[in-house]
Amino acid sequence: MLKSILAIILCLCSTLATAQVNEYVLKNGLKLLVKEDHRAPVVVSQVWYKVGSSYEYDGLTGVSHALEHMMFKGTKKHGEGEFSRIIAENGGSENAFTGDDYTCYFQTMEKSRLAISFELEADRMRNLTLPEDEFLKEIEVVMEERRMRTEDNPNAYMREVANATAFQSSPYRQPVIGWMADLKSMKIQHLRDWYKLWYAPNNATVVVVGDVESEEVYALAKKYFASLKKENIIPPSPRPEVHQSGMKRVIVKRQAEVPQLNMAWKTPGLISAAGPKPSVEIWEPYALEVLSGILSGGNSARFESRLVRGQQVAAGVGSDYQLTGRFDGLFSVSATPAQNRTIAELEAAITEQIQQLSEHEVSAEELLRIKAQVVSSDVYQRDSAFYQAMVLGTFETVGLGWKQADEYVNQVQQITAAQVQAVAKKYLVDDQLTVTVLDPLPMDAAAAPVPAAMGDQNVR
Amino acid sequence: MYAKFLLLLALVSFNAIAAPEIQTWQTNRGIKVYFVRTEQLPILDIQVVFDAGSVRDPVDKRGLSLLVNSLLDQAAGGQDADQISAGFEGYGAEYSAQSGYDSASVSIRSLSDSDRLQPALANLHTVLTRPDFREADLERQRNQVLVGLQRNQQSPSDIAEEKFLAAIYKDHPYAYLNEGTVESLAKITHDDLVTFHASLYTASNAMVTIVGNTDRAGAEAIAVQLTGDLPEGVKPAPMDSVRPLAAAESISIAHPSSQVHILIGQPGMRYGDPDYFPLYVGNHILGGNGLVSRISDEVREKRGLSYSAGSYFAPRRDMGPFLASIQVRGDQAAEGLAVLKKTISDFIAQGPTAEELDAVKKNITGGFPLRIDSNKKISGYLSVIGFYGLPLDYLDRFNDRIESITVEQIKDAFTRRIDSNKFVTVQVGPVAQTGSGN
Repeated sequence: MLKSILAIILCLCSTLATAQVNEYVLKNGLKLLVKEDHRAPVVVSQVWYKVGSSYEYDGLTGVSHALEHMMFKGTKKHGEGEFSRIIAENGGSENAFTGDDYTCYFQTMEKSRLAISFELEADRMRNLTLPEDEFLKEIEVVMEERRMRTEDNPNAYMREVANATAFQSSPYRQPVIGWMADLKSMKIQHLRDWYKLWYAPNNATVVVVGDVESEEVYALAKKYFASLKKENIIPPSPRPEVHQSGMKRVIVKRQAEVPQLNMAWKTPGLISAAGPKPSVEIWEPYALEVLSGILSGGNSARFESRLVRGQQVAAGVGSDYQLTGRFDGLFSVSATPAQNRTIAELEAAITEQIQQLSEHEVSAEELLRIKAQVVSSDVYQRDSAFYQAMVLGTFETVGLGWKQADEYVNQVQQITAAQVQAVAKKYLVDDQLTVTVLDPLPMDAAAAPVPAAMGDQNVR
Repeated sequence: MYAKFLLLLALVSFNAIAAPEIQTWQTNRGIKVYFVRTEQLPILDIQVVFDAGSVRDPVDKRGLSLLVNSLLDQAAGGQDADQISAGFEGYGAEYSAQSGYDSASVSIRSLSDSDRLQPALANLHTVLTRPDFREADLERQRNQVLVGLQRNQQSPSDIAEEKFLAAIYKDHPYAYLNEGTVESLAKITHDDLVTFHASLYTASNAMVTIVGNTDRAGAEAIAVQLTGDLPEGVKPAPMDSVRPLAAAESISIAHPSSQVHILIGQPGMRYGDPDYFPLYVGNHILGGNGLVSRISDEVREKRGLSYSAGSYFAPRRDMGPFLASIQVRGDQAAEGLAVLKKTISDFIAQGPTAEELDAVKKNITGGFPLRIDSNKKISGYLSVIGFYGLPLDYLDRFNDRIESITVEQIKDAFTRRIDSNKFVTVQVGPVAQTGSGN
């Protein structure tokens, strides 16, 4: 039975070749990637900038994300709120997101309206007004966002500590939304400087996926983006993570109900295998990807089977490997203890699973399951034009190049049990580990940081 | 440039976007099937839906429907969870189970070639019809739900939602979380699971949706294979109706967070509601359309008080909630609440402007193709159309319905249906605790 599954997988790969991506570069350095997908009369358009929190430095964390908010506050041509209003009137859905390594703006629209998206994006690439009065309101919104996402969410707060502890010199130690103190001291001039540094055609990639013709999109891109001036982009200084020499352990005491455990090992990302200066074998990141699938890729994976169902030590447990990034990242395991089980028991159980991976090869059946899942999810993901654009934009913007994304399925297919064992042995070692524990304090409402001006605001 | 946008709009409206062709029939057992054929990708999305949501929970056993639904794949036909999950995942299929207030369902996404589809279907059939409900699985699953309920208590937004639902629905089953309560979960036994499954996961209570790469004969065969031997069962009796709120109520819960989460609202509307379209379009203007809506404009854009600010109707079989929410710093809660309330009551009193209505119609009708641009989204529409008995031409007529709505209809519908003098207001965060009451 297993053999026959493998045969099916192989033949599917060859019949369902990935849809073609067309790459264009304008004279001003703007890169355009177009993937035609004619399933629905819809087009996804994303503009990716090579800037994010990993480009920021101490005292100015969160500036990329704050600038992302301000990108909706108007240009000389289109006043405050016009961008969103015009997209909305054209039936579009739009938003933006900021990550460690990128800032991305996107619209999904009926296919004939791509020009509207291009005109507006080209305009705000160089002509943002960044008025101070709008900034003073918007930075308050960003602080509220941080309060909602991080300050008042014990698990998110703990993840922030885990990151800041695991990384010592790498900019990945900084939260994307920024430290609260930095948000409070941020000035409009910081954003104006940041905008000038990074928002230029030669630092951007436009990704279009949908019911379009590539050459027509190229012509449209030239029409709207070609006149934009290049900027002299000075690459950020490389800030490699220093070698970790020994396990780190941190306890977060925070008002919460349920304890939480995070274990994170330093691991090479794909950038260290397929980037400009390879330092590890090409198969190593893919073996880590497979390893993550062995542990938590579904209900039949080891964590669910052994820790949630078998030993019943976890109420929930999952793993995450950072494959794509400008720098090396983490392989991390996040877990919640089952009722009446301790963090210590949970940590021991996870450690045992990691140890087994470095001592024994995974079974042929497990490996086949991962490969079947990777092949099928590669097909399922094509049900979403947005996701396809996300993959291209991410790979291109972190410096891997979009073509590397096409390698994914084939590379995973080639991974052997011995290679999975090898990366477990090499990277999932104690000296490279950071353990973070959320140790709940009682949820005593009286201990809340009640602000001074509280007197009359209680509702009947 | 603006003129060019208008020109594009004009061109588009001539080329109406075709909605997917929905085929529907009944199996020999009388089970309704909703099918859309899409051939571009070799995949299938298949869902079996039952009238077995948490409204069917016994009064003292809230949470039973969710436990039944989540235990289906934990042991069935003598196989344990390892074998069952390997039976899906080994073929690249994705199994999921969903349990809501009105309905419960199981679904798979699979590649459509029969070598992989058939084993996944056979496995789904076993899960659906022969769950074993082992005691050990029940205990484990119950404990997981309890951990989830405990975790809710560290989240101001989860606490606020729980209090809000309890306050607007009183003794109606919509008042409870699907997860049930610590007390009700403790009462659920193996026999309860078996009885619930036997009486509600039945032919007279089921429907099937299929979207993807197969033909009509293939879809017919899939439906029969999955549901052909379901027990007949009986259709459950209609639920008691949601009652409108009699009076306003304010609830403040002290919580050690930096923000106050504020929810206000009341029971809203149902699927198939005669006021569905005026309320939907009106709310799009009021708070349902992201940064462009009034609530977001007043609370976030003009005053910088909250990151997320908006309102929505969540239609159900009976009146689902109408809910507006913001999260603001503790010392700005009073201002935030005042702005939110005034924005809503002004809208109810005055209705939208003609310009607002025109803009929102363009937004909704122009965005119609986005609603049906993937198999996943089409599948979602099929289960809503089928379960709630919406007309089969719902999608075909959607844009015409939107276009026909007038300012007066919105004002009329909001005036009749939304009463800001009877809103439930919930605040969770750094507030003085008042408990429940006026």
